Amino acid sequence: MSDAGGKSCRHAFTEILLEAALSDSSIIAVTSDAKGSVTLGDYERAVPAQFVEMGIAEQNTVGVSAGLARSGKRPFACGPASFYSARAIEQVKNDVAYANTNVKIVGVSGGVSYGALGSTHHSLHDIAFMRAIPNISIIVPCDVAQTRAVTRFLTKHVGPVYVRIGRGPVPEVYPDDLTAFTFGKAYELCGGGDCTLIASGEAVYPALQAVGELAAAGIRARLLDMPTLKPLDEDSVVTAARETGAVVTIEEHSVYGGLGSAVAEVLAQKHAVPMRIIGFPDEFVPAGSSAELFSYYGITGPGIAATVRKLLDRQRFRRG
Amino acid sequence: MIFQAGGGHTGGSLSSLDILVALYFHAMRYDPKDPQWSLRDRFVLSKGHSVEGFYCVLAEAGYFPPPELDGYGTFNTRLYGHPTMKAPGVEIPTGALGHGLSVGVGMAIAGKLDGAAYRVYVLMGDGEQAEGSIWEGAMAASHHALGNLVGIIDNNNLQISGKVDAVMRVASLKDRWSAFGWKVVEVDGNDMVALVSLFDRLPKDSSRPHLVIAHTVKGKGVSFMENKPDWHHRAPTADELDLAERELDKALKDRD
Repeated sequence: MSDAGGKSCRHAFTEILLEAALSDSSIIAVTSDAKGSVTLGDYERAVPAQFVEMGIAEQNTVGVSAGLARSGKRPFACGPASFYSARAIEQVKNDVAYANTNVKIVGVSGGVSYGALGSTHHSLHDIAFMRAIPNISIIVPCDVAQTRAVTRFLTKHVGPVYVRIGRGPVPEVYPDDLTAFTFGKAYELCGGGDCTLIASGEAVYPALQAVGELAAAGIRARLLDMPTLKPLDEDSVVTAARETGAVVTIEEHSVYGGLGSAVAEVLAQKHAVPMRIIGFPDEFVPAGSSAELFSYYGITGPGIAATVRKLLDRQRFRRG
Repeated sequence: MIFQAGGGHTGGSLSSLDILVALYFHAMRYDPKDPQWSLRDRFVLSKGHSVEGFYCVLAEAGYFPPPELDGYGTFNTRLYGHPTMKAPGVEIPTGALGHGLSVGVGMAIAGKLDGAAYRVYVLMGDGEQAEGSIWEGAMAASHHALGNLVGIIDNNNLQISGKVDAVMRVASLKDRWSAFGWKVVEVDGNDMVALVSLFDRLPKDSSRPHLVIAHTVKGKGVSFMENKPDWHHRAPTADELDLAERELDKALKDRD
């Protein structure tokens, strides 16, 4: 597990997509003038017949992908997460989820990846929007190895899926992609009995750092990586709550409707424990790089550790 | 159907019925016993609210037994008030306007990639032309040279609030679609002979998509429904149904 990332998840996605496309001509990348931003250049050069450009028209891109799927293709509609999860959301709902077409929506540069470009380009709403639509799975990989494993899964899986990946290089969480992903399963990255951290996507690495900070203070935290947000691994969430007594979620998303909400919905009904949701508050964010915004909102090792300690202190105080 | 369900899109179902009949009983190749036959011609009802006429045609074509039409709109039926994947023969759920053309573009691209000879027909409304996504699809279809795609506009000149050109001017549809790179033809969309001959004549080796402007009459065939926006979404009373049936029976007899 290293801090100095080299590759981005976007590159990992297109590399594996190309690998699969070379042996499966039904795989089609469909994009909306986002070839560069998705890093589909090599893919287009290698399999030009399996690359479809739709211009700056995300609604049409999703509708066209549904039509391709109804004619036996495996389309991957690729472009900025912000646009596919908002402007094209009705096409995602009707033409993909309701129609049950085999379309993968791959939102790149998700969350606050675009940094100072501002909230027009951020997708801090995407998980909430997608989670309220039946019949579409949601996956948010956390590093390069997991993105490779997720992409391999997608090239075989049949059915609607929304995948959100980031833009910049990310630190490594998983040493290899063989064990980095099973659909619908949480990954226990650290064992511990004092509390549980549940994180997804690019919030997993700071959560991992928080586990180290807490260990130094004598707190043994369990860490679950939750790459599949829907369907949620409810058993792992309930087991962690029962065994550790407190849960903190961490995500690159609004605190409304994302991972924290999904976990809270399960725990409130099945095993209520004290809980905190760390993410982006209900406001448009200031200008800044992705790292600056994570830091500003306390989505860092020390920030997460501080929230966890406050929650545990409060519990001890209450217990007397 | 609409009388029994107590609601439905009467006017638009009647204006577009001749077009559906010409497609399903003359122009299109399909197999109701194998609805997913890969070489089938595809039809997308982008104006999904004209579903009642569409269901009648699908039943008549053999996709499901006609008595099922009596359950239209009732609890747990496969026949919802807009087409869904539950109804055999439906290619894509529609109802939210402006979606069908893009889906048709995707089907047509797949057909070209596979070298398959099937055609894709997309029936749109004239009021629907105000949806921006239609023009995204229109642009993509000519850019990708989809000669296997046929767009049809049910040009009955009325929408829910009144005259189409008063709600949002779409004239001239011919100039607009031509400017987007489509080959445009016009036809009387309630003249069966003209429709059948037009679909026969549309060249299959075209490098441009085809757009058929079908001039139709909303509520066609029933004197008191024709050209009345009220009938966009309205069920007839028992007396009105009786009168409509008598008028249509008479028209049938006069023809024979």
